[in-house]
Amino acid sequence: MPAQIIQTNNTPFRNVDLDPITLDIVENALRNARDEMDAVLFRTAMSPGIREQHDAFPMIANQDGKMVVGQFGSFFHGFQAGYDGTIEEGDVFLTNDPYFCNGAISHLNDWLTMMPIYIDGRIVAWGAMFGHMTDIGGKVPGSLPTDAAQVFEEGVQIPPIKIYRKGVLNEEILELILRNCRLPEWNRSDFNAIIAALRMAERRVVENCERFGVDEFVTAMGEMLDRNKRAMGAILQQVIPETKQYFEDYIDDDGVGMGPYKIACTLWREGDTAIFDFEGTDPQSISSVNFLLNEEMFKMFLGAFFINMFDPQILFNDGFYDLVKVRIPRGTILKPIRPAALSCRTHLLGRIFDIMSGLLGQGSPDALCAAGFSDSPHFMYSGYDKNGEWYQLYQIGFGGIPGRPAGDGADGHSLWPAFTNVPNEFLEAYFPLRIVQYETIADSGGPGLHRGGNGLSMGYQFLEPGNISIHDDRWLTHPWGVNGGHPGARSNKLMVRADGTEEWMESKCDRIHVNAGDILYFNTWGGGGWGDPLQRDPAQVSLDAQRGLITIEGAKRYGVLLATDCSVDQRGSDDLRRRMAAERGDVQLFDHGGTIEELKARCKADTTLEPPTTPVFQKWMGASKPPKLAEAAE
Amino acid sequence: MAKDGKGPSDWFTEQLSDLKQDMGQLEDKLRGAGGQGNDSRGASRTSASARISQPPTIAPPPTIAPTPTIAPPQVAPPITQPGTPAHSPAPTPQARREAPVDARAPSPPPPPRTVTRPTPAPRRTPNDGGYRLGVDVGGTFTDLLLIDEDSGHAFTAKVPSTPDDSSRGVLYGIERICAEAGLEPSSIGRVMHGTTVATNTVLTGNGALVGLITTKGYKQVLQIARSYVPGGLGGWVIFNKRDPLAPLELTIEANERMSALGEVVEPLDEAEMADEIAKLKGSGVEALTVSLINAYANGEHEQRIRSIAEQVMPGIPVSISSEVIPEMYEYERAETTVVNSYIRPVVSTYIESLEAELNSRMNGVQLHILRSDGGLASADAAKEAPVNLLMSGPAGGVTGAIWIAKQAGYENLLTFDMGGTSTDVALIEDGVARTRRETRVADVTVRASSIDVRTVGAGGGSIAYVPELTKALRVGPQSAGAEPGPAAYGKGGEEPTVTDANVVLGYLPSGAKLGGDMQLDYAASERAMGKVAKAMGLGLKETAEGIVNIVNENMFGALRLVSVEQGYDPRDFALVGFGGAGPLHANALGKLMNSWPVMIPPGPGVLCAYGDATTRVRDEASRTFVRKFEDTSDNEVRGILEELAETAAGTLDHEGVPRGDQTTLYQIDLRYAGQAMQLTVDMTSDDYGSGGLAEAGKRFNAMHEQMFTFALETGHELYNLRALVQGRESSAKAETLATGGADPSAAAYMDTSVYVEGQDRPAKIYDRALLQAGNRVPGPAIVTEMDSTTLILPGHEGEIDAVGNILIRPVG
Repeated sequence: MPAQIIQTNNTPFRNVDLDPITLDIVENALRNARDEMDAVLFRTAMSPGIREQHDAFPMIANQDGKMVVGQFGSFFHGFQAGYDGTIEEGDVFLTNDPYFCNGAISHLNDWLTMMPIYIDGRIVAWGAMFGHMTDIGGKVPGSLPTDAAQVFEEGVQIPPIKIYRKGVLNEEILELILRNCRLPEWNRSDFNAIIAALRMAERRVVENCERFGVDEFVTAMGEMLDRNKRAMGAILQQVIPETKQYFEDYIDDDGVGMGPYKIACTLWREGDTAIFDFEGTDPQSISSVNFLLNEEMFKMFLGAFFINMFDPQILFNDGFYDLVKVRIPRGTILKPIRPAALSCRTHLLGRIFDIMSGLLGQGSPDALCAAGFSDSPHFMYSGYDKNGEWYQLYQIGFGGIPGRPAGDGADGHSLWPAFTNVPNEFLEAYFPLRIVQYETIADSGGPGLHRGGNGLSMGYQFLEPGNISIHDDRWLTHPWGVNGGHPGARSNKLMVRADGTEEWMESKCDRIHVNAGDILYFNTWGGGGWGDPLQRDPAQVSLDAQRGLITIEGAKRYGVLLATDCSVDQRGSDDLRRRMAAERGDVQLFDHGGTIEELKARCKADTTLEPPTTPVFQKWMGASKPPKLAEAAE
Repeated sequence: MAKDGKGPSDWFTEQLSDLKQDMGQLEDKLRGAGGQGNDSRGASRTSASARISQPPTIAPPPTIAPTPTIAPPQVAPPITQPGTPAHSPAPTPQARREAPVDARAPSPPPPPRTVTRPTPAPRRTPNDGGYRLGVDVGGTFTDLLLIDEDSGHAFTAKVPSTPDDSSRGVLYGIERICAEAGLEPSSIGRVMHGTTVATNTVLTGNGALVGLITTKGYKQVLQIARSYVPGGLGGWVIFNKRDPLAPLELTIEANERMSALGEVVEPLDEAEMADEIAKLKGSGVEALTVSLINAYANGEHEQRIRSIAEQVMPGIPVSISSEVIPEMYEYERAETTVVNSYIRPVVSTYIESLEAELNSRMNGVQLHILRSDGGLASADAAKEAPVNLLMSGPAGGVTGAIWIAKQAGYENLLTFDMGGTSTDVALIEDGVARTRRETRVADVTVRASSIDVRTVGAGGGSIAYVPELTKALRVGPQSAGAEPGPAAYGKGGEEPTVTDANVVLGYLPSGAKLGGDMQLDYAASERAMGKVAKAMGLGLKETAEGIVNIVNENMFGALRLVSVEQGYDPRDFALVGFGGAGPLHANALGKLMNSWPVMIPPGPGVLCAYGDATTRVRDEASRTFVRKFEDTSDNEVRGILEELAETAAGTLDHEGVPRGDQTTLYQIDLRYAGQAMQLTVDMTSDDYGSGGLAEAGKRFNAMHEQMFTFALETGHELYNLRALVQGRESSAKAETLATGGADPSAAAYMDTSVYVEGQDRPAKIYDRALLQAGNRVPGPAIVTEMDSTTLILPGHEGEIDAVGNILIRPVG
């Protein structure tokens, strides 16, 4: 049963005739309000994940819960469908349970708060904010156990609850939740910060209603959604063909020895409607790499991608959702069945962007981007320091932005919005470690007319014994290049123990013990190249080499011969380019750097690691009939 | 201001024709840049503090009284010959203001290193009650303000600027103003100057070629930056990162390592360092930056590297991060120090040249440069750390606004400075501008204190357009800039700008006296407006009003950022509008903000000169000191604060400010342990003495509550300690106007019509120079003056106060 909204005033909103200027002004006012929500949150949160890396996302939705301004689309529909209770003035809802909101949030670490904004007894809008909590209990520090088999191992589950009921904080529940977290003060403070951001949204909405009138404000939000729908409709018509496009990509493994897992998607358009069908995607995993993909969230990814590519001035909101249909088969790795574990969904979440890029690009290759830093690798380090105090670090890594029509990909940057790195001096001041290396990896970006960005090498020297976790991907498959661009280099992790022994680490592992003096080199992957590298200006290739972003040897992949001082050997380069062009033949749309079979066959030689075994799918997984446990839980 | 001008002397005519020639060449550029509300904040002018608001005049401004009392031979040569940068004596080794720093040190903290500060002989102390001169160089006009420190009496002058060598205009202005005041230039003790040389160097990208030295493993610190990609989800698709200001190919690494506590983990390999630096020889490097990891905690290695560099590459200025900004966060510190190096040679040359020119006329005069935070720096300090001057221009406007508003009895202000391409806003509480530890110029962000000025890309030149897909009306951030400028300027601009909207609405009347001979091309504005009107399906005036409303909304957003978002109620503040376009839009912003009165000070250029002239000499010393309260004591912190205060006071001693005139303020940056941000708690030495850290914590809680709606019970953590020492306030008083009655009609000179809220309404145009104190100008009305035009909306009234401000309030 869906949630029941209680209003003391059920007068329907009057649709008023708005002049376009007022509409524009309301739009600006809401954009400002969203920025203010962010500002409040980042300044007052305590966990480095939110305060430094900005792993948190605000939203303001209209009275029906459609996102008018925000980042990750509306969480509202999933919530309303799953919540069986009343919604009243003064209530603030909290949940972290993906299964209860159809994946509107996708793992337990993300705490989602939602608040109806009432004026005169009626809901005029919704404010929402979610943030990634550094720890919510569970079997490992950081609450992201790769090898979890069930969601119960991943920390405290909070179904949608009223954390504020009619304006009163439910302190007992909050304490219960915090009791289950390793760093309760961070959770408490981040929670406070999130609530402060919601209050900010509420204040702004109320002020705007006072300024423009409630009906005018509500009408304006509706118009903003329509405006987006019109603009997106035009783009969809232009760039999505009616003929079917197919693309597949992979996550490399599940952290328990099996992989890769395939994500398959077919795209076509029927009239006004674009259809994304994930038929052919592999069944769910027995570990926690599953990603409960919310259809609406996928639409939002799509919208963000399109808007940036075609007209960044379009206000990004849910208006166009009716124009897109998303079909995800149940029981697949993108629609797992409870109680499948979900915590390490970050790899699939990222990979969705490469899928989207590959699919859309086939329809309009000029706008196609290469595969990029489609993940947010995690590093975690925890233990007790000399004084017996618990320390716990959760950090998101960065890598190479892909080569794009707009130019080279940035080196060691984030694909995720608003994310920033944690300054190393901050890490060294607050955690028992030293960052002995912080630079991008030469030649890791895929060669292309526009070079893929380089991956990042971060050398962590540990000063206290403790445990670390590594969560990464693209160690087996390459970030692919496009339009003649080459793939980017893959990720790897090298542990150099204090005694000098070296060890290549698995891409996904938990509870690795480290001692003082050990150094872990966490090397992320580079972005794929865009366009024909043989067309790249040799002067630019030379400059990249002078800057140490590529090596003299690496320059040859562009068909450029450099002297030891990095000056261009023009004649030699001309010859080399002619020869390479002849040998290569026609430029391919995609360069994956080999098939899965080829990559597996040379895995041991390339990486020193054993290739993952082909996943064995349990019978019930993805079958039409869910198992009893799942059924009972749903 | 003398208004009884005699005819110009021959000498004056000569000077003028000289200037005319220069101006002729620059006219095109300036007309675009200098038109109403369309001064580009770029290279076309030398001071952003003056918002050039009218088309340039070729004729000398009528407000200058050309009194030929100075013997021409004395004056002419230096003015007619552009000053070549004179060689000034080698800069004295600059004092190291920064005390040692350490982070979260458990016991025992590293021993404090001694503050090495050479104590040079104080310079000539200006006579008590001497004259101080404020100079603001705009793209069109150079404004000067001379204050007699004894009487507080002020003189102003406005002369054409000489953009090819601004010191010519300055010197010419000095002659004029001295003539008017009847004194010798040599009796001026101090010259205060706000400049945008630093800003423009960044904006135009013509700074020095900078070499960078980092710790091994950190060569790419600027390449990686904070890994941030702007633009929201998918923003990476279009994001192209600018290259670092210190090219990566000119970045080398030092084998060395400090710990976060400032302990040497690995000593500096000096021989290898010397070899590495030698490799930069011949690369064309013009300035060097050293920024090592954890150098905020111990700068010894940086100092050693500087010594080595000075031996290997003599004559190349070296900036080291532990001096420029001894604060945690390696990227921000490196970027800030690199920007310092980047602008240093250009700024040094400019200041030295100006100093030399001034000294040739006024031997021993002290030149002060306005800093981004609104304080004054000595010329030497400015040359050493020009990164502190990036907002010098806007700071002039803000400090001027503070001063003139104080004369009118207002101390809580929102300043609203609208230029051609952007608008700067700031909040002033109790006569003090909020400052923050960050300065932004275009996409360059540095950690340097500046007045908390927020900038939005909305100005008179902002272009309106209607995107095909959404059919929404957008204004900016694209700007018509200096070239071609708004359509109204008839310089080939065809895109509809905010200025064109103002023209179409009658706010900028084409028949009015707009200073000079340029006519606004009404038809061109209409044509441009037609494009947008057609796309919107609206009438011309409706469209124009829409554009003005939207640009107002953008600026409203910026004003909210500095007020409401910080927990301030805008109704408690007066709104001061200046800049080329500010006075046109201020009344509307006042309505949106509910901030009254809206104050329009006389003459934007003069305003900045007021700011320059009345600012106090200031220095600060700071130290990062990361400690939880329980890990330190009131006494330990007091000891550091006192040491810092002494360091800063030394600078003022050197400037000739007697100790009796110095006041000290402590600034304690605090946060809840675990938070990333800090709030700054201001305390006098007495406050601290009686309340100590507990009092600081209490004040922090109150601020946190005000800004973020909640306070926590978590413990407090110290972050930075700072001591700020200032000289005494200027005794200058603003000039007063003649008093008249309420009726302003003597100043009205034309009838016109303005379009407001969907209707044409009859309005009068007034000449500001003829308005008298006590006059009440009923809206709708337009008030014109040399370099600015004010719009008073229907239902509002502008009262002229004693010092010439227009105070706009709603009627009834």
